[in-house]
Amino acid sequence: MFEHYLNIFITTVFIENIALSVFLGMCTFLAISKKIDAAIGLGIAVIVVCLITVPLNNLIFNYVLRDGALAWAGLPDTNLEFVELISYIGVIAAAVQILEMFLDKYVPALYNALGVFLPLITVNCAILGASLFMVEKDLMFGESVVYGLGAGFGWAMAIVILAGIREKLKYSDIPEGLKGLGATFIIVGLMSFGFMSFGGISL
Amino acid sequence: MNLNRYKEALFKPLIDENPITLQILGICSALAVTNNLTVTLVMCVALTSVCAFSNLFISLIRNHIPSSIRIIVQMTIIASLVIVVDELLKAYDYETSKKLSVFVGLIITNCIVMGRAEAFAMKEKPLLSFFDGLGNGLGYSVILIGVATIRELFGAGTLMGYEILPLVSNGGWYMANNLLLLPPSSFIIIGLFIWAIRSYKPSQVEEDDFALSKHQTSEDLTKRELNV
Repeated sequence: MFEHYLNIFITTVFIENIALSVFLGMCTFLAISKKIDAAIGLGIAVIVVCLITVPLNNLIFNYVLRDGALAWAGLPDTNLEFVELISYIGVIAAAVQILEMFLDKYVPALYNALGVFLPLITVNCAILGASLFMVEKDLMFGESVVYGLGAGFGWAMAIVILAGIREKLKYSDIPEGLKGLGATFIIVGLMSFGFMSFGGISL
Repeated sequence: MNLNRYKEALFKPLIDENPITLQILGICSALAVTNNLTVTLVMCVALTSVCAFSNLFISLIRNHIPSSIRIIVQMTIIASLVIVVDELLKAYDYETSKKLSVFVGLIITNCIVMGRAEAFAMKEKPLLSFFDGLGNGLGYSVILIGVATIRELFGAGTLMGYEILPLVSNGGWYMANNLLLLPPSSFIIIGLFIWAIRSYKPSQVEEDDFALSKHQTSEDLTKRELNV
């Protein structure tokens, strides 16, 4: 059992890394990776939100939206899959809002550290993407918890690595037009080729 | 009616304020769906229509949205439009919809749509916002189609499934560069696009965080040594 969960975790973090293998959450990934501190803050926020929303969406999918899932309420023929997207984004927006209020009241230090990143996370496609992939892979509840954690952790790891490289890069002499965004794109491309080397591993 | 403003809203995002290469918006899907031109075109049409219509609708009701819940309202409008596009695609082109997998759904969180709604549609008149959405969608499409053309033509020797460069394996002369079909190559292609655009429009070049001190040539050094 434990081995199975560990497999899911390792697969999500390294082999199917949400940033470098499926390319989700790229906008924030490229825009907020100039400094390691900010990258770590954002990474932690993504881990927390992923860990909450993926299992929550899993429950919603399995007990409300799925074809025939409403049998417990006496509606065995209902298929609500067409409202999938809007309910997931609703859950994510609500979870982020609640998390923000909770942190503001009980953990103000972390709240201040995360700052503007929390509301930004609602539109981070890594979070919605993790939920959609969870549905595509047809995971059970327990698996979805591990998957959410792995997806968030993989993304956080990737952005911290990129921020580390970019901090070193600012001392180097880059051609005019390639400065900043252009060079970052190419670095991410090379990192992503690196992560492809995990591709052949089957656990 | 000021025609110039409409023209500006439509054409400025194509190169001057391109959403991908300058505003850093909507990059995720730009990378994942560009290995085949047909799929890319479908994605471009989907995104452009969602972006234009979400701008139009949000702008229509902009004066009635309380600012504290505006994100949720915008999200609901965008998500409804994306569902319409998704269902249409599933009904009329199931194959492509399978290939795009989660990326149609991810238009909801595509920051171009959200970003333009927030930055433009909340302030401007409906028709103007519609053109702005259209322009930004087209700006996105220009880059995507460029990337997809390079990747499919040189990666597989075909364009939209038709053979352009006959492959060696089919008795032709072109040796396909499979590297281009791998997703990471689109990062590098976009990086080079940015380089090209910024060489053409130097005003987009980013400021240095640290200025480099002037390079000392060996000639200077020998002079100084001689002075000593």
